[in-house]
This record gives sequence, C-alpha cells and structure tokens, in this order.
Amino acid sequence: MLYQPWPWYVSGPLIAIIMALLILMGKKFGMSSNLETFCTIGGAGKFTDYFKVDVKSKRWNLLVVLGSVIGGFLGAHWLSPNPAVDISDKTVAKLQDLGFDSAGKAYLPTELFSMDSLADPKVWVILLIAGFLVGFGTRYAGGCTSGHAISGLSNLQRPSLIAVIGFFIGGLIMVHLLFPLIFSA
Amino acid sequence: MKNIMYIILGTFLGIVLYKSEAASWFRIYEMFQFDSFHMYGIIGSALAVGVVLVFWIKKSKVKSFSGEIISIPDKEKTFTRYILGGTLFGLGWALAGACPGPIYILVGAGYWPIILVLMGAVLGAFVYGIVRSKLPY
Repeated sequence: MLYQPWPWYVSGPLIAIIMALLILMGKKFGMSSNLETFCTIGGAGKFTDYFKVDVKSKRWNLLVVLGSVIGGFLGAHWLSPNPAVDISDKTVAKLQDLGFDSAGKAYLPTELFSMDSLADPKVWVILLIAGFLVGFGTRYAGGCTSGHAISGLSNLQRPSLIAVIGFFIGGLIMVHLLFPLIFSA
Repeated sequence: MKNIMYIILGTFLGIVLYKSEAASWFRIYEMFQFDSFHMYGIIGSALAVGVVLVFWIKKSKVKSFSGEIISIPDKEKTFTRYILGGTLFGLGWALAGACPGPIYILVGAGYWPIILVLMGAVLGAFVYGIVRSKLPY
C-alpha cells in the first residue's frame, strides 16, 4: 500500500493537515517565498532594499524546504519501487504525438529530465525559462499552489481565487497552444 | 525542538507530494488536458479539509503550540497582480511540470536537471524584486 502511488483522497487531506500544523505553529504554508530568501542569501540586498530582510526570520521555512528535499529522496528511493506514473491512455497518446515516448513509463519525462536530455541546448533553455516564469510569476502573484490554491482558498480569499484562475489561464495556454510549437515528435 | 518539527513537516510534505504524483510533470500535463480527476481530487480534498481546519482555527481562537495568538492575514484586495502573476506562473508550472514545492522535492529525488528550473526560479524572483515598483498591481 505504502509503496503504491497514494490515492488523491489520502494525499489531499494530508496536505491540508500539514498546512494546519504550520498555522498552529504560528507560521504559514507557502513554498515560493523561499525563492526570495535564496535571493537574500545570495546577496540580492545589494541591488534593492526589497531583499534586505532578516534571513533568521525566514529560517523556519528553509527548514521546511530542507525537509521536502529529504522527503523527495525518501519517496523516490525508499517508497517507490516502480516510478512509472499511470497517466490516462489519452494523455499518453497526446504526449507521444509531441515526442514524449517516456509517457506512462517514468516519473518525469526523460526527454527533459534525464542527464542525456541535457546534451540538447534547447532543453536548458526550456528548463531555465520555465523556472524563470515560476519564480517571477509566483512572486508577482504573491504565492503559488501552496500559498494561494491551498492556503488562500482554504481561507476563502477572493485574491487567491483570481490567482488560481490565472494559474489555469497560463497552464492551458502553455499546454494547448504553446506545447505544439515547442515540442514535436 | 521546533526546528526539528519544521524539518519533519517538510519531509512529510515531500513524501506526500512525491507519492501522490503531484510532483510528476506527467500529472500536471494530464491535469491541464482534463484527462484525469487525480490532481483535481488532490487539490479539492485538500481544500475540503483545509476550509474546515482554517474555519475551526479562526472560530475557536485556538492559540499556537507556543501560546501565541494566531492571525491569518487577508490577502491584499487587488486584481491585476493576481491575474497577471498567476498567468505567468501557470505558464511556467505547465512547462516545468512543477511548482515551487515539487521543485525542491525533485532535487531530493535526484532528477538533477530540475536544478536548472530552480536556478531559473531564483533568477525570476530576483528580477521581480528589481522591477516590482514598475509593475501594475
């Protein structure tokens, strides 16, 4: 059971409990603000006062990040004998049309996330731009999936609903309009 | 002691998101294709439980574990930053197949190219900090 993929009705409530425990510890569930803390640690305060913050006050969240790295290691190496993700047949067919032959056979597409894939400069560009959009977008929107979709909506915040609608506008444009231009079989 | 709790909670989060496959690029693509209920089930059931827990925390005025008053601040009530920032993030979320939490988790899982996504994300946050005063909110 533990070694199989966990069903949504187990995982979703567990995520909510993690959020509630962080609130009960006097903190909040938000992963993207750590990106700004990394900027501060890297000396970004020299460029703008925005990054001149006391890293000590953010340390708790960096520990959550450290834990999630450990959790990723344990999940991948101890708890998942079979990493293949059982996505729907329809999805597999669509991805094969885009050149993703690893669809249905791996946890992440080997076409983007294997060491071999890094031989292609296009993959570097794709991953860096994707990351840039994640970093810039979450900070502009003031949160990501954890801060808006889970924490904000749990607190019935209308701004978080607007942000989540934005997440879907962006995601749908990327997958339906831009993927066919970026990837090809 | 508190520090260890943060690490344990993070570890638990990492395992849950990895094992639920919410950290899989394929699941994010499938979600945006509306081909499976899986991701909607995760987010929806997290919200169903989350709304009740947050309501209880606010209503009962329960104190934090260390005895402080808990305040959950409202989000600033504007529109532009949420819709524009959200859309930019959505573009990146679908392309990288990972939001910030799973980025850290996939580093731990050993998918090294995700480090490029992480570097891009830190750069994106940095550029936001530089240009933020010129953006509409």
